[in-house]
Amino acid sequence: MNGKVKTTLVCGGSVAVGLVSGFFGGGGGMLAVPLLALSGLDQKRAHATALLVILPICIISASIYIAAGFFDGQTVLCACIGVVLGGIVGAALLNKLNPTLIGIIFALMMIGIGIKLVIV
Amino acid sequence: MTAQQVIIIVSFFGGIIGGMGMGGGTLLIPLLTLAAGLNQHLAQAVNLIAFIPMSVVALVIHKKNGYVTFGKTVHIVLLAAIGAVGGSFLAKYSGGYVLRACYGAFLMALGVFQLSKTIKTAVDNKKTKKAQLKKGSIATLNS
Repeated sequence: MNGKVKTTLVCGGSVAVGLVSGFFGGGGGMLAVPLLALSGLDQKRAHATALLVILPICIISASIYIAAGFFDGQTVLCACIGVVLGGIVGAALLNKLNPTLIGIIFALMMIGIGIKLVIV
Repeated sequence: MTAQQVIIIVSFFGGIIGGMGMGGGTLLIPLLTLAAGLNQHLAQAVNLIAFIPMSVVALVIHKKNGYVTFGKTVHIVLLAAIGAVGGSFLAKYSGGYVLRACYGAFLMALGVFQLSKTIKTAVDNKKTKKAQLKKGSIATLNS
């Protein structure tokens, strides 16, 4: 790919990752990984470095949401407890389940829930 | 079941998906709205806040393993941060339903993306396995 085109794509993509994450409150990680791969990082580094891109986004966006009044301490606390415990279980399960099957189930869930959100 | 228990259970489920590296946050938000009855804006805020401690821990671990690349990514981090300010204000001034419907469309697109990625990886793995098997059988014949 032409160097200039690539730079434009990476810069535009970076702004887009931020816009999407801020607007939807998440999901930027799934976009940041291919973006970092495009800028020359291998898969493992792209996955790890995506967190570096997402963390400041989360802090900035969360601050703006909280300032706008979208905050409930008890809900946040419950969610954090659940997410951390689930994260540990998920990481432990990762090598024990068929990744293709899990990937397809999650993809279908996303599509199904997406349709429900638009309709209702 | 109390509302708090429902939130812990759906977050636990979202965390499992996140722990497997499949973008848990994207499913946590609709789980929080559909199952726990949170409004779209609050669910998004909760997801953003819950992600901070988790990513700090993961980042420290990855940094120790030497997988985090700083130098080449400064401009990406800065541009993404600017985008985040714009996106957050856009969300602040959007109505609940608009945000929810957009989120639904976004989720569908991500689902299709994830589906094609999963199938592609599975096909690639099968091809590599076949090639290895072929190589193996030739090696046995030669010996």
